Amino acid sequence: MSRSILPVLTICAGLVLLWYGGAIWMNWQVVADTQARAGATPGLMEMVRLTLNHARPLLPAPHQILDELWRSTATLPVTSRRSLVHHAWVTLSAALLGFGMGTAFGVLLAVAVVHIRALERSLMPWIVASQAVPVLALAPIVIVALGAMGLEGLLPKAIIAAYLCFFPIAIGMVKGLRAPDATARDLMRTWSATQAQVFWKLRLPASLPFLFAGLKVAMAAAVVGAIVAELPAGAQAGLGARLLAGSYFGQTIQIWAALVAAAILSATLVGLLGAAERLVARRMGARA
Amino acid sequence: MTGLLALIVTGGFAALIATVHAGAGGTGFWMGVVATTLLAAWLVQRLGDAPDRGLPALAAPVAFGATVLALWEVLVLGLSVPMVLLPAPSAIAARAWLAAPMLWGDFAQTFLKAVLSGYVIGCGAGFALALVADRLPFLRRGLLPLGNLVAALPVVGIAPILVMWFGFDWQSKAAVVVAMTFFPMLVNTVAGLAAAGALERDLMRSYAASPGQTLWLLKLPSALPFIFTALKVNAPLALIGAIVAEFFGSPTQGMGFRITTEAAKLALDLVWAEIVVAAVAGSAFYGLVALAERAATFWHPSVRP
Repeated sequence: MSRSILPVLTICAGLVLLWYGGAIWMNWQVVADTQARAGATPGLMEMVRLTLNHARPLLPAPHQILDELWRSTATLPVTSRRSLVHHAWVTLSAALLGFGMGTAFGVLLAVAVVHIRALERSLMPWIVASQAVPVLALAPIVIVALGAMGLEGLLPKAIIAAYLCFFPIAIGMVKGLRAPDATARDLMRTWSATQAQVFWKLRLPASLPFLFAGLKVAMAAAVVGAIVAELPAGAQAGLGARLLAGSYFGQTIQIWAALVAAAILSATLVGLLGAAERLVARRMGARA
Repeated sequence: MTGLLALIVTGGFAALIATVHAGAGGTGFWMGVVATTLLAAWLVQRLGDAPDRGLPALAAPVAFGATVLALWEVLVLGLSVPMVLLPAPSAIAARAWLAAPMLWGDFAQTFLKAVLSGYVIGCGAGFALALVADRLPFLRRGLLPLGNLVAALPVVGIAPILVMWFGFDWQSKAAVVVAMTFFPMLVNTVAGLAAAGALERDLMRSYAASPGQTLWLLKLPSALPFIFTALKVNAPLALIGAIVAEFFGSPTQGMGFRITTEAAKLALDLVWAEIVVAAVAGSAFYGLVALAERAATFWHPSVRP
């Protein structure tokens, strides 16, 4: 792993440089027009400074985004409507609730599918096929239908997030519960283990690596689901609402800050799951 | 026996649907619904014991899907569920039939223009960069962790920015699709190009094969399963990207545009019709890629019978 630190840092540095170059290039025209209207003829260095500090740039420079992130998280009270922490929490709560619901449903479904043959034969092909369906397109329907039933706010978003994350979990879990080979299952039989014992002592431990792989995919999907669920409903709060408001009012820095916040949120959650996975693997006696 | 059962279930549901369309109801009707559903469950159970391969294996999922569809129709009409909540399949089909030209226009705008062009460019660019990275180990070691990190990020959030850059028309949607499909392709192709065994590589060296020959004759074939995995993962991703990007602004056409505007007008039958189009397009796209995979990697253990 340490072998890849230098290459990763090099590429990141290259990307940042590329970004600054892009910011100068993309904002040049806008700045040049304003300056020409004002009758000013700034020098090259002055132009560069202006392109990198434009208030509503086409592409904000990285330091502008970091500045906005800092301003909207650290300097504002958390309860403020302009605080990014507030919006991130709205999205995070929906994503986590949906993730919990999706995980429970996905695991239950997988257990049922593994034990009931008819269910596997009839339902599993549909679950697999539904992976090819753009599920996110259903988000507006869920919002509208639940809104008609008087449900608004957290729950509809959580349901969309749950809907997105139960597939990878169910698929991974089914694969995992099937992972023990015939020798292991025969061994359990020779010990005359009950079906419950086979499940708790053989199938479930064997499925954990698959479950965690699914959980990590599902976690990222849950964040995407919670964000996208905020788009069609015109939500007032949340990272998706920030994206939408930013795109309406041309506040590019705000969009980028919300995007970076979403990326940090998602990467942290997936990272936490990865840490939990390593912990569980060590408890189960895997080599570090 | 199974055939007879299937006949009874089909007839039962046909009678129930006819009754519910005629507006009849009552205890007898609901007892009929329960009985037919139980028979259908029994049928699915029996079909589940069919052989694993070939056409008989399709019987159970088809029967299950048809049962769900029939129950949906009977329950929605029988309980008079409001259209806002869930329209009946017949209502969706009728609306789709009437709105077919519009649905086709949306499909052309979103799928034929945005999804396909974005998919080709995104996958092509990811593949090209993977080829470069395979020749430069430094680049590969740097790109792989970043590519894996991007998989955990909500890439689709970049949509409002790209809409701002490339305008409301399909070009901005294609750009979102490019951003979403690029990284899965890159990561998978890099992994695939590294998948050729050391033994085979040494053999190519001992033949004094040029890097191009090694790539063409050894590395690309062994990378094909990985590449097709990325192509399959990217197929639904591309459709999602284009549809979500349309939520941020689009010309007055397109599947994502239609879904948001009609959902706001509570015309849920039209929204469902659009969803059906998206589902069929997504599955067909995925299916085509899967077919191409079977044809191209016929030698692979997972495809070989």
